[in-house]
Amino acid sequence: MFILVVGAGRVGSAVAKRALEAGHEVSVLDEDPLSHEQLDKDLAESWEDAGGRFTVGTALEVDALIEAGIEQADVFIASTNGDNTNLVIAQIAQRRFDVPRVVVRVLDPARAAWYAEQGLHTICPTQHAIDLVERAALDPAA
Amino acid sequence: MYVIVVGAGKVGWNLARELLGKGHEVTLIESERRRYLIVEQELEHAVQYGDATELWVLERAGIQRADLVIAVTGDDEDNMLICQVAKEKYLCQRIVARVNNPRNLQHFKLLGIRPAVSATDLILRLIEHEVPQYGLVQLLALEGERLEIIELEVADGAPAAGKRVDDVELPEGSLIISVLREGKGFVPKSDTVIEPGDEVLLILDPGLESAITPQFTRNGAGPNG
Repeated sequence: MFILVVGAGRVGSAVAKRALEAGHEVSVLDEDPLSHEQLDKDLAESWEDAGGRFTVGTALEVDALIEAGIEQADVFIASTNGDNTNLVIAQIAQRRFDVPRVVVRVLDPARAAWYAEQGLHTICPTQHAIDLVERAALDPAA
Repeated sequence: MYVIVVGAGKVGWNLARELLGKGHEVTLIESERRRYLIVEQELEHAVQYGDATELWVLERAGIQRADLVIAVTGDDEDNMLICQVAKEKYLCQRIVARVNNPRNLQHFKLLGIRPAVSATDLILRLIEHEVPQYGLVQLLALEGERLEIIELEVADGAPAAGKRVDDVELPEGSLIISVLREGKGFVPKSDTVIEPGDEVLLILDPGLESAITPQFTRNGAGPNG
C-alpha cells in the first residue's frame, strides 16, 4: 500500500517507520525540514536510503500534498501537532482526493467524537489516556 | 438577532462594535488572554475568553440560539472548523467566514463554508474597479442564487452607444439595471438612450459576459480586441 503521513512528530514518524518496515511505500510531508531527523533516528541508514520519501511543505497547500503523492495514496494519516490542521487536511484527503482510508489524530475528545460521527476515522490519544488512567486508578481488577 | 463573532482582532472587534450599535445581541470570543483583557475594557460582558474551536466554548457562548456565526480569526483552519460545526452540529442558519490566505478559498468551498470573505480578493476587485483592464468589472457574484452583477464602460462606436435600452441587443437572462453618467447613477427606463462614456451595471446569469461585452466595446470587439 502507499501511505502518506502528514506531520512527522513522535506519532507520525514512528508510524511511518513501522509501515516502511512492514514493506509499504511511505511518503512523509512536514513543514519543518528538521523533522527529517525524527525519521532518521534509530535507522541504520537514512530515511531515503531505507526507501522512504520526504517532502517539505505546508499541509494546506494542495501542491505540497500532490508532490507528496496524495493522488496515489491508499492511506492518509493526519498527524501534525494541530487538531485544526489535521481535521481540515483529513477532510481534503477524503472529499477532494478520495483517499480510501483516512486516519486523523485529534487531541480534543469532544471533537474527535463528533467528527467520528461524521465519518472521519479519528484517533484521540487524550481519550485513550483518560480511559487507561481511569482503569488503573479505579478498576479493582486492574 | 443574536450574533457570535470569533476573533477579536481589528476586524472582529469593529464588527462586534458595529453590530452592538445596531442593537444586536453580540458575543465576541477571543482566545488570546492579553487581547481579551484589552477588548473587555470596552465591551465588558459581550466578550468571552476561550478557544472557539472547542465545542464547550461555543456552547458557553450560546451557539444553540445564535442566528449568525462570524469567524474572523487570523487562522483559516480555525475559521473553517468553527463555521463547519456551527452549521452542521448546531444547525446555525447563517455563517460568515474570513479567508486570510486566498489560496485557502478552495478548502472553504470544499467544506461547504459560504460565504467566505477574502480581504485580499476584495481589494483586488477594488483595484480592478479603479484600473479596469478589460472595461468589465465583476461587482458581485451570488453563487448560490446563480446571478452576477457586472460594470461596463460604453466605448465610442460601440453597438449599444446611441441606442435605447430597449434596443440594445442583450442575451436572454441579462438586464441593464443602472447607468452612471457624469458621476451620477440612475435607473434607466426602456427609452433611456445609452451614451458613449456611460458606465452601465448589468445583472445576468453567470457565463453571459462574453455575449454581452461586444455590445459595449468599440465596433463590438471582444475583451482583448
